[in-house]
Amino acid sequence: MNSRAFTHLTPEMVAEIEAFAPRYPSRQAVTLPALHVVYERLRHVPFGAVAEIAELLGLAPAEVQDTLSFYQFFPQEKPCGRVRAFVCRSISCSLRGGEELLAGLCDAAGIEPGGTTADGGLTIEPAECLGGCDHAPCLLAAGRLHEKLDPAEAGAVLETLRQAAGPEPSVAG
Amino acid sequence: MGMAKFEPVLMEAVGAAEGHTLESYRSRGGYAALERLLAESQPAEVVEMVKSSGLRGRGGAGFMTGVKWGFLPKDHPGPIYFCVNADESEPGTFNNRFLMEDDPHQVLEGTIISCYATRATTAYIYLRYEYPRSLERLQAAIDEAYAAGYLGGDIKGSGFSLDIYLHRGAAAYICGEETGLIESIEGKRAWPRIKPPFPAIEGVFRKPTVVNNVETVACVAQIARRGVDWFRSIGVPADPENPRDPGSYGPKLYCLSGHVEKPGCYEAPLGITLRELIDDYGGGVWKGRRAKAAIPGGISMGLATEAEFDIPLDFKGPGSVGCMGLGTAAVVVLDETVSIVDYLHNSCRFFAHESCGQCTPCREGTSWSLRILERIRAGKGRLKDLEILLEMGSTMGMMPGSTICGLADGAAWPIKNAITKFRGEFEDYIKRTNPEGWMVTEAVPALEIVGAH
Repeated sequence: MNSRAFTHLTPEMVAEIEAFAPRYPSRQAVTLPALHVVYERLRHVPFGAVAEIAELLGLAPAEVQDTLSFYQFFPQEKPCGRVRAFVCRSISCSLRGGEELLAGLCDAAGIEPGGTTADGGLTIEPAECLGGCDHAPCLLAAGRLHEKLDPAEAGAVLETLRQAAGPEPSVAG
Repeated sequence: MGMAKFEPVLMEAVGAAEGHTLESYRSRGGYAALERLLAESQPAEVVEMVKSSGLRGRGGAGFMTGVKWGFLPKDHPGPIYFCVNADESEPGTFNNRFLMEDDPHQVLEGTIISCYATRATTAYIYLRYEYPRSLERLQAAIDEAYAAGYLGGDIKGSGFSLDIYLHRGAAAYICGEETGLIESIEGKRAWPRIKPPFPAIEGVFRKPTVVNNVETVACVAQIARRGVDWFRSIGVPADPENPRDPGSYGPKLYCLSGHVEKPGCYEAPLGITLRELIDDYGGGVWKGRRAKAAIPGGISMGLATEAEFDIPLDFKGPGSVGCMGLGTAAVVVLDETVSIVDYLHNSCRFFAHESCGQCTPCREGTSWSLRILERIRAGKGRLKDLEILLEMGSTMGMMPGSTICGLADGAAWPIKNAITKFRGEFEDYIKRTNPEGWMVTEAVPALEIVGAH
């Protein structure tokens, strides 16, 4: 195994990605798990990381970028907020205040839907059905589905999550 | 009119303390069926069991599960793959989430039995990104299952080996389409494939593959435990006059949301009516209001008007009132204050966002139907728009033969169904909001779309 001088993928990230390889008969199948590994650490997948994933998996950079860009999930230019909040806008939530929740949260944070606060603490974006229809309207953030929120409660939830996420850590080398 | 509530089977773990654990599952009889089948039955016998049960897939298409398994080539050298479709993304649907969070071992046992039957040696559970709790619960259950010897090599000395891996999605509805799911596992854009070849012949990594929904495999576990006769004693039997009717057997998890007093996931025999679900399980329409319409099975199915609420929610009922089918049996209720124009806008926005873009009629049709609904809601609609929408609604899709997959049919159905059933409301809305221009028939500029993607 070559020791590669990657600038985006740390040895820990490489190890985490490689741990997926035995699950599949093809290296290309590790693409989506690799994108998640990088996104979880860096909160985005810069073009440089795309090239490094490609090299690691024996793919052309365009193949990895092709897959990444399909999903509209992975930011590339810069990291998303330390807290990334998805607010559902599908039919069941819309019927019970989902649109108002999204608008209210964005107004309170001073951003447009899809935007990130200036301090990098919070991104709020619309999402399609989150599967929390029994407790609409709902919001997914910090690995949890928060349900049946009015804008005031939701604002409080997001503020708590922002505090917990803390200030920006030093960029991983 | 009250009715005796069905004793939960698929949802038996709800309310059980630590119901998601191996210990709880075994105390409820879990994994005994798997051990018995491994010791006493051949894979082909398990396929016959599922065929005889009449189980139809719970993911939306309602295809006979045992028949699908039977498409696998006999004596294939392998490997054969099994994929559990846990990408649940149809708006209004959340029953798979309940099953994975509250009883992950039921899902696992059903998967292992299904893999034994189909001779699959690797299973991927394709889990949508938006279900982090399901990820935790399933991974913990998989770890417990390996430790207890229900997964891995030579399971319980049977000679059958199986590995199950979680594969996490990235927020794309089209990954719920079986070939989109397969392309996504392979690490590519989730563009559905032309069928044939069907996955049973050439699926993931070009090997024979079966893709089944979470609730379907949970049913397999219960059929193995309680028997074919039990399963067939529930639901709606096949019509004896119609040899092509496979019936609607077994229990079903019905999701209920929108304008009802008690939204939730309710287990009942296939065939309860829409009105029974709303009134007897859901506490009726909220705030003392009347219902205007309801979606019978996830947004792709279109609407049933209030007058149509006595249809049975089985595989035949919704189709009898011009809905696409039972779909995911996710019922969403719209009360009398809801504008059908707003409902259709919400539907068109969803499909425009989720169209994978591969097929021109869907990519352009979903995009343009959204633009037209945006323009109508902005007070610049015309009666002519309804003709254009109906034309798109009847020409995009697998059924009209113009697209590779059924997302386009799901996008089209609400359009043609809503405009047909609520034509008066659309016309009134357009005339009222665009008194100067509703009669224009020449082409008009589209508005810029904000926030669709």
